Amino acid sequence: MVRLITHNLLACHAKNCTQTKGFPLAFNDVRVETKEAEFNADFLKSFYERKIDWDALVGAAKQLGDTSLPLERPEMVDDDFLQLLHHVLLEIHVEEGEMICPNCKHVYKIRDGIPNMLLAEHEIG
Amino acid sequence: MSRPELQAPPEIYYGDTEAKKYTANSRIQQIQSDMTHRALELLNLPPDEPKLLLDIGCGSGLSGEILEEEGHYWVGVDIAPSMLEVALDREVEGDLFLQDIGQGFGFRPGSFDGAISISVIQWLLNAETSHPTSSPPHRLNRFFTTLYASLANPSRAILQFYPNSDDQINLITSIAQKAGFGGGVVIDYPNSKKARKVFLCLFVGSGGAQQNVPKGLDGEEPV
Ligand SMILES: [Zn+2]
Repeated sequence: MVRLITHNLLACHAKNCTQTKGFPLAFNDVRVETKEAEFNADFLKSFYERKIDWDALVGAAKQLGDTSLPLERPEMVDDDFLQLLHHVLLEIHVEEGEMICPNCKHVYKIRDGIPNMLLAEHEIG
Repeated sequence: MSRPELQAPPEIYYGDTEAKKYTANSRIQQIQSDMTHRALELLNLPPDEPKLLLDIGCGSGLSGEILEEEGHYWVGVDIAPSMLEVALDREVEGDLFLQDIGQGFGFRPGSFDGAISISVIQWLLNAETSHPTSSPPHRLNRFFTTLYASLANPSRAILQFYPNSDDQINLITSIAQKAGFGGGVVIDYPNSKKARKVFLCLFVGSGGAQQNVPKGLDGEEPV
């Protein structure tokens, strides 16, 4: 399973791609499933405060058909917002499809929820 | 029989049959579980805080399930599709990636609060082709530099592995240090043939609260 929490951390690792140029990977041709996950406010808060790339998350959620997030990164973190974040980060699973690097255009295929991150020899840094 | 890493590359060695056998073997489950708990102890995370951890060579998710029990979230990477399939069947909670760790990671800086690896990095010591990017030092360097970048500061990576010589331990440690890691090697039960375990205990920044490399276990062996 690929969830947006992981997608939000993932850049392209091919040769000559950097974590700024090769991020975020664009979803294409996806099939998603929603599965309930246990809510953990502390975990979400720390992820939101320390790690999240907000624009990448809003964009990726939209590509998966979810437009529930505000475009601007909220300052106020209340329980309603954390519930929203919980759903988008942890309950939407990309089961099939692909992720494409915005820089080198490498296609990472997703099958059975598992992205294939293997590179060809000429792409290895 | 020689060690698995000397027989075939991991994605070949752990085919469908081997992957299922490995996961169902209760002796392997016990060893894997003991080593995962020990790795968690060496990670030295603050109590009762859910963290996001990277499991390097997660296989069928035996370690990941222990991370879940301890309240953590995890992402797992493995090069053997058959192992990942078993992980899917067992409905583990971590996000899984089919990945060759010798090609490096693309995770953003500071993505993970820690990393563990159980019985995996000895596979990086074998060259698979004659291409320059396939040489063990190149792959180890790529692995450690990109792992270092993906970890939060401060944090730790605890990598248990099976070296077959002190030279291998020195090679791996020196490349890890060149990548920026502090820390060193912890050897549990160093004088026991059976119970001896080698852990690379790597620090990013101060590595958290207690800065010295922890002591290995000694004395009475576990049964
Ligand atoms: Zn790229």
